Amino acid sequence: MLSKRIIPCLDVRDGRTTKGIKFRNNIDIGDPVDMGRYYYEEGADEIVFYDITASSDRRPIMLEVVRRVAETIFIPFSVGGGIRTLEDMRDVLLAGAEKVSVNSAAVLNPGIIQHGAKAFGSQCIVLGMDVKRVPPSAKIPSGYEMVINGGRSPMGIDALWWAQEAERLGAGEICLNSIDADGTQNGYELSLTHLISTKVRIPVIASGGAGGPHHLLDVLSEGRADAALIASMVHYGTYTIREIKEFLQGQGVRVRQTW
Amino acid sequence: MIAILDYRAGNLTSVERALRFLGFPCEITDSAERIRAAERIIFPGVGAAGKSMQDLSELGLDSLLHERLEAGVPILGICVGLQVLFDYSEENDTKCLGILPGKVRLFPAELRDEDGNLLKIPHMGWNEVIFTREHPVFRKVPPGSEFYFVHSYYPEASDLACVVGRTDYGIAFGSAVARRNLVAVQFHPEKSGPPGLQILSNFCQWDGLDS
Repeated sequence: MLSKRIIPCLDVRDGRTTKGIKFRNNIDIGDPVDMGRYYYEEGADEIVFYDITASSDRRPIMLEVVRRVAETIFIPFSVGGGIRTLEDMRDVLLAGAEKVSVNSAAVLNPGIIQHGAKAFGSQCIVLGMDVKRVPPSAKIPSGYEMVINGGRSPMGIDALWWAQEAERLGAGEICLNSIDADGTQNGYELSLTHLISTKVRIPVIASGGAGGPHHLLDVLSEGRADAALIASMVHYGTYTIREIKEFLQGQGVRVRQTW
Repeated sequence: MIAILDYRAGNLTSVERALRFLGFPCEITDSAERIRAAERIIFPGVGAAGKSMQDLSELGLDSLLHERLEAGVPILGICVGLQVLFDYSEENDTKCLGILPGKVRLFPAELRDEDGNLLKIPHMGWNEVIFTREHPVFRKVPPGSEFYFVHSYYPEASDLACVVGRTDYGIAFGSAVARRNLVAVQFHPEKSGPPGLQILSNFCQWDGLDS
């Protein structure tokens, strides 16, 4: 049967990796190509590179990173951040990424999902969702609202509705990030993950809040996620991917252990 | 030289990059001349069966594949490159190459795991391939190795003798098939880490004999 995927996420700015705590105070911790190669050898099932480069004229630096990564790691990797047009998608895929992730741009222009899926195949198109908990209302019945611009702009759109709409438009996968949990290291948002993962048919990657291996166990079993995104807990060497996988396997979660 | 068949099938560069990393000269091409000159052929594929068959026939690559197969040239099909080898695919109701007997079917909507949970479609991620017999292309792959899959349709081979590896996703299907100088895999060896690279490397040195 299918294994649950463990996916380290590398935030990249101007060609260097960083890790944002609640999207602020980014600190520099290294070269994304070296880190990608390290995680590949450590048994990562996939890698996410998230480009947080502020100015668009520095984007070519990211494409160069993608090209170098593609020459040295032979597992799927995706690139997100600043993807706004079909042209952006094409650049990243041709540079060697397996998947592209669209987030704010898809909320503002849902057609990009449809056009991207038609041009490159649904399997390439990951919908990134930043979600914030709110009191349930007529407008937001699930109690989870879409936010964009790195968590700054609430959109008045229900997260469950949006997930199902994106699936209908052709998204191949959802990367579901809880703004409330992100950076806390107190665990994933389990009820949000369970809600979305059981109400769409495409795979859901849980994101935001991982601090220890038991958090992954919770979200992959109780939360019903298909994959879990991790960052700080491995970037700072607190845990290795191998340790996390050994723990999960011991708890009865199926993970890839031979590579 | 190894020819990577170019029939507009999405991302061919990942196969090329993997071969280059392994040190095998290769070329992405749709030229009949170059394909005839190749000592082996990789037939990749990302996308839909209907479009793939249409593109293959427009480029004349369907008959060329038959010809090279008869000539004994080692051929490796990947993903949709495996699926279109069969007689028929339910995807876009497509008549396929008919090289292997059987058909390609959509995963049933009510697919469940052993705990009764509904399985996601596509079958996306890492899954085990249980190799059911020896084959030179799958040598030195460690037992328990997993491979990267992404597909919504699965092959249903009617000649079980051509199945060399099986995978379980709610139902069991032949994820690796072989006959004479032809091998094909439903997963992506170019995206499956060291065991996938091992398979590509084996293929690149294979003489096309199934023993």
